[in-house]
Amino acid sequence: MTKSNGAETMKYSQRSIRHAQRNDKIATGVLTAIVAAIFVLLISLIVYIIASGANKAFDLQFLTSKPEQFKEGGGIGPELFNSFYLLVLTLLISLPLSLGAAIFLVEYAPDNEVTHAVKTAIEVLASLPSIVVGLFGFLLFVISFGWGFSILSGALALTIFNIPLLVRVIQQALESVPQSQRDAGLALGLSRWETTVHILLPCAMPAIITGVILSAGRVFGEAAALIYTAGQSAPALDFTNFNLSSYACPWNIWRPAETLAVHIWKINSEGVVPDLAAVSNGSAAVLMICVLLFNLLARWFGRHAERKLMSE
Amino acid sequence: MNDSTLVNNMPNRSATSSGTLHNRANGTRPQDSTRLTKGQIERGGKTLTGICVGIVLITLASLIVMVTAKGLSTFISDGISPIAFLTGQVWDPHTLDASGLPTVGALPMIVGSFAVTLLSCAIVIPFAVGSAIYAVEVNPRFGRRFFRPALELLVGIPSVVFGLVGLTILVPLIRNISGGTGYGILAGSLVLAVMVLPTVTSLVIDALESVPAPYRQSSAALGGTRWQTIWHIVLRSATPGILTAVVLGMARAFGEALAVQMVIGNAPAMPTSLTQPASTLTSILTMNMGNEAMNTVYNDVLWSLALILLVMSLIFILIVHFIGRKSEVKHD
Repeated sequence: MTKSNGAETMKYSQRSIRHAQRNDKIATGVLTAIVAAIFVLLISLIVYIIASGANKAFDLQFLTSKPEQFKEGGGIGPELFNSFYLLVLTLLISLPLSLGAAIFLVEYAPDNEVTHAVKTAIEVLASLPSIVVGLFGFLLFVISFGWGFSILSGALALTIFNIPLLVRVIQQALESVPQSQRDAGLALGLSRWETTVHILLPCAMPAIITGVILSAGRVFGEAAALIYTAGQSAPALDFTNFNLSSYACPWNIWRPAETLAVHIWKINSEGVVPDLAAVSNGSAAVLMICVLLFNLLARWFGRHAERKLMSE
Repeated sequence: MNDSTLVNNMPNRSATSSGTLHNRANGTRPQDSTRLTKGQIERGGKTLTGICVGIVLITLASLIVMVTAKGLSTFISDGISPIAFLTGQVWDPHTLDASGLPTVGALPMIVGSFAVTLLSCAIVIPFAVGSAIYAVEVNPRFGRRFFRPALELLVGIPSVVFGLVGLTILVPLIRNISGGTGYGILAGSLVLAVMVLPTVTSLVIDALESVPAPYRQSSAALGGTRWQTIWHIVLRSATPGILTAVVLGMARAFGEALAVQMVIGNAPAMPTSLTQPASTLTSILTMNMGNEAMNTVYNDVLWSLALILLVMSLIFILIVHFIGRKSEVKHD
């Protein structure tokens, strides 16, 4: 830019400004197109999944009857129940554990090597492939402990899968509570534990519950961690059976339990059901609707709780 | 805290401030005549939460130890050479090779895993970075109100559903365009790309949002257009965050099992084209782990594949840490 002539410099810089402005417009156009493409993809995915299975997904017969292996007309009753039962058990185990771990990390952990190692450990746990978690569950619970393919093995494998998600959510929720709340609690003479339980947790509760519901959606759709822990068979369930050692008893935690997600994978990889497309599309639509409901519930709850907190 | 004998033996030394607060928080809980001292509650809480951390650590440690031990037994007790395992191109565990051991070359699966991972990331990066820029720099209101929620929804779609959609739409489509079966690395990469997209995009959004506003303002004050600011200032200072996002996306793609297994064709041969059936570490594991009895050589070899997955996910975390440390040094 060492032009001796002033006018020429002017012309040059004007051109470069025009150039920059044109680039700016092009870039904005490209970025908008990319976002539009992602939105179209997302919406058409969801519409396709739900539409292609809608006739089955709203059919009560399909939702409640037992699956067929070689005939048409099988349902997903036991699978649907298993998915929810496993989800509840998983949350029962993983929520207290993650809550404890997160409280320790945020409120108690000294700033040293050990804490750093724990945080890294949780990151590692979060990035483990779910199939590896499933195989570990297979090795430890199914084989070493001799529990076989069972709901308990599956719930524990899902717990390992869910803990890093939950710990992170709860950690963030606790960290976002203003420091002044902590100081106020301590200044009133509360111990750190009392401050945490009576002040910080209630403040963080909306964020925690939203995070838990979102993680529930992830757990609900997880299959790779389950195929070798909760198994790939779904014994027919009898809801009048309360004999906890019977395979037909829905509440028996020692029975194998194929979930909805595993069912979709299994019938597609074996491919012996004659109405394969209808059953798997229907199951996928049900799964998708459940995940959507979890998502909406989390969103609704988050907003509702926030408003309630603000108005108080 | 719930140890009743402890509670009964405690003298009543409850502080009034804690008592009133307790009552307010719990509504109608009657004042206990015997309560734990503050110190004991505090120690109890710390121990309880410490135990939770301990359980998490023990779980991770035993996972690593058990999978490693199982994975190494192929080489230690079965006598298969690690080099032959990692570089062998033929996977046929049911026939014996010259030395009387099963033919277990894992290279086709390793190549397959890396191929789908790299290809899916190559597809994802422009979309993730582009849409993140739009959501942060061009239209932040839209980003917060619509784009973030949409990404959260996309994260929640189960992987088997992606696999199913890939199987019913993508595979026939590729079959019609390029011939062959339609199964293969291309189908796998496309499915993975859609799966990984929301994860990577949200992380890139985080990275862009953490660029301090004064950087943008100074650029604007110097007369930079929005795109000049984004290209020269925002992207440059967010580079470590973007790299982290990509590496975490790669980790997710590398470890994804079922969606890939459903569309890749599961032929354990060296991949020669993108539209030919291939296999990944995860797909072979998913397919065969249930078929082989424990402690046979074939089964041990499968655990060695699982060990590779484990090691790779540790390496991905190491890279993320390395990027983090390096960018910290630079900022100082």
